Amino acid sequence: MKASNRQVNGVVIVDMSGRITLGEGSVVLKDAVRDLLGKGEKKILLNLGDVTYIDSSGIGELVSAFTSTRNQQGNLKLLKLTKKVHDLLQITKLYTVFEIYDDEAAAIASFK
Amino acid sequence: MTKRVSYSLDSTLESVNKAESTAVEVAAGAGFAEDDQGNIAMAVREAAVNAVLHGNAYDPNKKFFLAFETRDDALVITIADQGKGLDMEHIPDPLSPENLMKGSGRGIFLIRAFMDEVRFRNTDPGTEITLIKHVGRNAANAKEESQ
Repeated sequence: MKASNRQVNGVVIVDMSGRITLGEGSVVLKDAVRDLLGKGEKKILLNLGDVTYIDSSGIGELVSAFTSTRNQQGNLKLLKLTKKVHDLLQITKLYTVFEIYDDEAAAIASFK
Repeated sequence: MTKRVSYSLDSTLESVNKAESTAVEVAAGAGFAEDDQGNIAMAVREAAVNAVLHGNAYDPNKKFFLAFETRDDALVITIADQGKGLDMEHIPDPLSPENLMKGSGRGIFLIRAFMDEVRFRNTDPGTEITLIKHVGRNAANAKEESQ
């Protein structure tokens, strides 16, 4: 699991790749979002296009990241879900909780 | 013809990964399609996480037991831990409004979503979960049972 940040028009895009699972990626995700919130970043876009797998711990971490960001008056959105992640968010009824985009430019524009 | 393999595993995340990868191999060997292999592996992973994390609580003196039984009509997977036991009467519904935004509690829900039958048994001490995927059954007809 890897996570790297880049900034576009005031939005921090976190490019994630690999698996978000208990003991692996979920910690990376948690640390990445906590670090950004600690720096005062409030517009966070998680790019999950290269996330190959997510388990219930990873889903839970996405929810926690969303809630933590909201609690800091910020906004966390998702970009480019794989079919598997899309399906998991649908069956857990979280698909409507997150704002989800396929297009990066549209996602960035939505923060304004 | 029935084929059975079983494992005794340490209460570690490495064992969870092994359970998951073994599930893919067994499901492929049993002839399940790639999507089903992934779903079965995810159910096994979630059950193994429950056994290691919530059941055995990473106790190095406790094992969890994994068995795959490949039958003509189904793949039957059993995962048992040596923990304090699961309160089956009070498994929260992760889809209810009060639980939807919680950071945990979706494992058993996903297991039930991906398998045709799911059964729990209190083994005192410990919990045994049996996961069944029928051969050739359409996912839309999937049926869930728990007892």
